[in-house]
Amino acid sequence: MPMMLQFANVLVFLAVGIFFLVFSLTLSSLVRPYKYSAEKLSPYECGENPVGSPWIQFNIRFYVFALIFIVFDVEVVFLVPWAVVFKKLGMFAFVEGLIFIAILAVGLAYVWAKGDLQWVRPEERGSLAER
Amino acid sequence: MDGSLALEIPQIFPEIALSVFGIAILLLDTFLPKSKRHAATGIALAAIALTAVFTLGLVGEDGTFFSGMIVVDGFSIFLRITFLVVGALTVLASSSYATRENLAVGEFQALVLFAIVGMNLMAASNELIMIFLGLETLSIASYILLGIKRSDAKSNEAALKYFLLGSFSSAFMLYGIALAYGATRTTNLEAIGREIAAGSAGMTLIYVAVGLLFVGFGFKVAVVPFHVWTPDVYEGAPTPISAFMSVGPKAAGFAVLVRVLMVAFPAAYAKWLGLVWLSAVLTMFVGNCVALVQSNIKRMLAYSSIAHAGYILVAVATRNQEGVAALLFYTLTYALMNIGAFTIVSLVSRQGDRKTYLDDYAGLGFKQPGLAAALSIFLLSLAGIPLTAGFAGKFFIFRAALESKFVWLAIIGVLNSAISVYYYLRVIVVMYMKEAPDDWSPVAMSSSAIAVIALSVLGILQFGIFPDMLISLARSSVIGYR
Repeated sequence: MPMMLQFANVLVFLAVGIFFLVFSLTLSSLVRPYKYSAEKLSPYECGENPVGSPWIQFNIRFYVFALIFIVFDVEVVFLVPWAVVFKKLGMFAFVEGLIFIAILAVGLAYVWAKGDLQWVRPEERGSLAER
Repeated sequence: MDGSLALEIPQIFPEIALSVFGIAILLLDTFLPKSKRHAATGIALAAIALTAVFTLGLVGEDGTFFSGMIVVDGFSIFLRITFLVVGALTVLASSSYATRENLAVGEFQALVLFAIVGMNLMAASNELIMIFLGLETLSIASYILLGIKRSDAKSNEAALKYFLLGSFSSAFMLYGIALAYGATRTTNLEAIGREIAAGSAGMTLIYVAVGLLFVGFGFKVAVVPFHVWTPDVYEGAPTPISAFMSVGPKAAGFAVLVRVLMVAFPAAYAKWLGLVWLSAVLTMFVGNCVALVQSNIKRMLAYSSIAHAGYILVAVATRNQEGVAALLFYTLTYALMNIGAFTIVSLVSRQGDRKTYLDDYAGLGFKQPGLAAALSIFLLSLAGIPLTAGFAGKFFIFRAALESKFVWLAIIGVLNSAISVYYYLRVIVVMYMKEAPDDWSPVAMSSSAIAVIALSVLGILQFGIFPDMLISLARSSVIGYR
């Protein structure tokens, strides 16, 4: 059972988190003044005026960029621990790291050459078989 | 450390070869002129042939590698060969399909190779995390393959449904892995088995973990009650990919299910047997009964594939070596007949996958007798008529069930085979006993599709009339099975 006890930390953390949230919200609701206005009741959109319904279709190309960003984000996450113990691991790990980077570079080259990094509507570029 | 790791690399040469060739195809598809891009099919076939050589070079190996992550034994080598057969047939079937539907053939073939890498890793995993990695490699490739007809609404629907439900089932599986790790402090299958046998693991957690893992794998192999995605996905998917999905991921899912249940959780047998037993019976009945009323042949084959998952679950329930050998035999022969049938469905459906209804087969037996005869062989084999590989496969499974005293499972299985004969024969009746419509347009054939059909027919008859060779190979593959 000692392993289960280690998870008790997580439980305590969770309980403290919930308590802190409830406590601070309750306390501030007791002391704050209540002065509502149309501005204050509107949804917060980073200072922009909220216009129209939020249920619109977002352009799929946002996701392509997000995906490419994540690929290189995760690449760094993997490369940092690799770089930290780099000297101990030697030539084998060096080659493995190069292969890892090369595979991601191929992915970038593919997306680039296929024109998916351009902000032009895809149907104007023809189907994938023609690119 | 680096020296020993480098020495173990030949054990994953098959996967490395497939990955390298897959990446090469992507690069060629990008930088070659359009007129030369169809070379991707040849390269993919060469990659599969080379991989087969590497895989056969591993025969006789028996051990774990990469700190116990990868296991190379007869079981995993047999399955790797099965996946290569599935991959080669899919590559062949999809080359003419991609041309007909104006799809990017290079992307298609590269993704099929990546999917094989995932299935290979699943079959060779000795570790829950490794299993998950293999499963995700396979799943991500199949999400894209399902939606590769980007402007087709049904293909998009298939991809999105499989993606959402697949992510959901992956979450169940991960939770199961987490609980198994929580109870035993390891994700290594053999170590989990030892911990449970030593009595140092909390059994409640183990039972919940087994249940959650069964949900995850059950989704991938489409057993009731985790089957509801199957008909929609197979119907909307590009037809060669429906064929691939109905055999490849299914075989890989069963491989993992068998290994996890038998290596990690043999001590919980009494508990998981009930799950598998009930699910097998429900899967056979639901698959066969709903298939009876389908008018779309792709949906009918989808329900038929659910029913076949039920038969294979019977093999899992037996838990003996004969059952595992029958499972290996069944997944390989089932791959041949289902890919063959789907390939003909793909040809008959014409451009845009429009003609997929039963009525579209009227008069096929007179207009194109060769094609109709081949489809009849595939359907008879799926129904389990003697002299076909489908009969031999069912025979081995039900005999293994009887040997393990699962008389009721065997009876229910035979009963279900009888039900299934109706809807398979219905297609044959429509082909030979109905007049072709006046506006009949001939089914366009291609050499690669003919190759797939011919190879599948040969395989079905070979393993149906002389099953001894394959079943003894399968038996010898499970003897070293731990």
